[in-house]
Amino acid sequence: MARILRDYPAEVKLFAVLVLISAGLAATAPGFLTLSNLTALLNNSSVNVIWAAGLLVVLIAGGIDISFAVAASVVQYLCVYAFEAVGGGNWAIGFAFAIAFGTALGFVNAALIHWFGIITIVVTIATFNAFFGLLMFITSGRFIYDLPAWWTRRIILWERQAADGSWAEIILPVGIMVLCLAATWILIRHTSTGRQLYAFGDNPEGARRIGISPGAMVFIAFGWCGAMAGIAGLMQVNIVREVVPNALIGRELDVLAAVVLGGARLGGGRGSVTGCVLGVLLVAVTQNGLNLLGISPYAFKMVIGAIILIAISTSGVALVRGRRGAAP
Amino acid sequence: MTRRRLWLGQRLGQWLGPEVVWLLGFLAVVIAGFALLTPRFLTAANFGSVAYQLPELGLLTLAMLIPIVSGGLNLAIIYTANMAGLTLAWVLNAHGGPEAGVLWAVLGTAAAVGVGALSGLIMGLVIAFTGAHPILVSLSMMIFLRGLGEFLTRGGDISGFPDYLKPIGHGAVLGVPVPLILFLIAAFAWHVLLSRTRHGFAVYMIGSNIEAARYSGINTRRTLTLIYTLSGVMAALAGVLMLTRFNSVRVGHGEALLLVTVLACFLGGVDPFGGFGKVVPVVIALVILQVLSSGLNLLGANQHLSTAVWGLFLIAVMIIRFAAREWRRRRKD
Repeated sequence: MARILRDYPAEVKLFAVLVLISAGLAATAPGFLTLSNLTALLNNSSVNVIWAAGLLVVLIAGGIDISFAVAASVVQYLCVYAFEAVGGGNWAIGFAFAIAFGTALGFVNAALIHWFGIITIVVTIATFNAFFGLLMFITSGRFIYDLPAWWTRRIILWERQAADGSWAEIILPVGIMVLCLAATWILIRHTSTGRQLYAFGDNPEGARRIGISPGAMVFIAFGWCGAMAGIAGLMQVNIVREVVPNALIGRELDVLAAVVLGGARLGGGRGSVTGCVLGVLLVAVTQNGLNLLGISPYAFKMVIGAIILIAISTSGVALVRGRRGAAP
Repeated sequence: MTRRRLWLGQRLGQWLGPEVVWLLGFLAVVIAGFALLTPRFLTAANFGSVAYQLPELGLLTLAMLIPIVSGGLNLAIIYTANMAGLTLAWVLNAHGGPEAGVLWAVLGTAAAVGVGALSGLIMGLVIAFTGAHPILVSLSMMIFLRGLGEFLTRGGDISGFPDYLKPIGHGAVLGVPVPLILFLIAAFAWHVLLSRTRHGFAVYMIGSNIEAARYSGINTRRTLTLIYTLSGVMAALAGVLMLTRFNSVRVGHGEALLLVTVLACFLGGVDPFGGFGKVVPVVIALVILQVLSSGLNLLGANQHLSTAVWGLFLIAVMIIRFAAREWRRRRKD
């Protein structure tokens, strides 16, 4: 127990806060602690969690990415055209295309960062605008509803009727989310590549000197993030059954905030899958709770911004162990 | 003839720095290019609109400049400007709207600057005392301010201001637009601050190596706090100017400018890792970008195409800077 507290302080604190908020909501908002609300929360969070898993790897490797949500929109459009080209496709082809397109977009970021030595935030601000501008310009902002049937069919993995007659169900994206989390966990915790990512994120120069290839690390991290963005894009279409070019823009900040809440650090070398799931859940539960309590949706962003600001100021205070340093 | 021009170029280079000569050359190329592409480009009306549009982007870029030189970033500048604009708007609306007295406009502007300074101060304190990353701190401040603004305005605009504010956004003194004069004063102040004061020196030191700066006796915490406070003040002034330019305030107004301010800093030779960067080249970079933007407008590019162009242009600038660095390094070896 003491070991968990020492090694995962952010995760433990976050879990405690999540339990407190959930308990508070269970007491004040009658609809919160019902099976259907909790499963809906899980279904609606699945896309964000998949993104968060990808972003986690980038943050561990010492980078930052704000282009992934827009990249997911680009992948959706590329997929629509690719599926038409292959005559409809199916789930296997769908995943293959989404992962391939997403990874390719991630590699664009990686190439600019590694080959031209550009600072990661600047690269992803640039690609964020380039991807979004080109997407809106080329598609003219057109929505697409005419999608392959397999893609938009609701696949229910588990369902159950509650006593009041409402159905609680878990849909396919949640299953995919679990697989993505498992894959990310194996990558960062159980492969030597994962250990190298942590080492590279914590100290790039030191990692280079013990023989870790910086190029490989940057491409693996951004490739992984891109692949997750692609999968998340594919899943989001499965949930909403339409492709809209500006549907996902803006969500990158919520996900980034959630992952950072979960203990990942800008500057690299720290972060866990558990923390990133808890972070997304905390943001989702807060939003859900504010909704159920009838608080204006406009207040939501303000509350989230304040929570992150408080979280990073206090986590810094508690985590400083003889280490100081402000600017990057 | 060529020899003489080279000599002049070198003298200019010694006086203002080599990047200024490159940027002026690039500006000439951009102007010549658009002049060939569209006859409406080389007109007084076009340059007039450039002169009126440049200052708001310019003030925001100055707000971005000092944090970047110190090795950080302030992503909250646009929403700080919006919140400052809203503050002035509320003060005016609470005291008669279009009939509000000059005193209220002055007090409102002071309150607006206070709001900007406060948001910068909070960011600066968090960055200085917890060691949290400036990107993260300013990002959460940005999310918070946007949420706060949307919560308070419900996403709508606020308008209806006294007429005497109009000349600040649209007037001219001896043919020089008032906003441009304000911007030049602000740029000069920033130039003096960075190149002639203790604080400016400390900003460069922190940007180069914060630990070394601390060990050499610079109060890094106070400097960092002041950096973000000043950035907030400058963003607030941009917000007040935007209010007078558009005669309305809305949260999210000028969102797209965030990328352009970063672009202007890097085009102007500011080191993205901090420690180097001057005001004069950044001002020339701003002129280039504003000319480019008006040229694209005249050519009929839509808003999304411009967004894409800015993104691609930022990548191109960074690649060219990388190539120049490599070339210089090879020549030295």
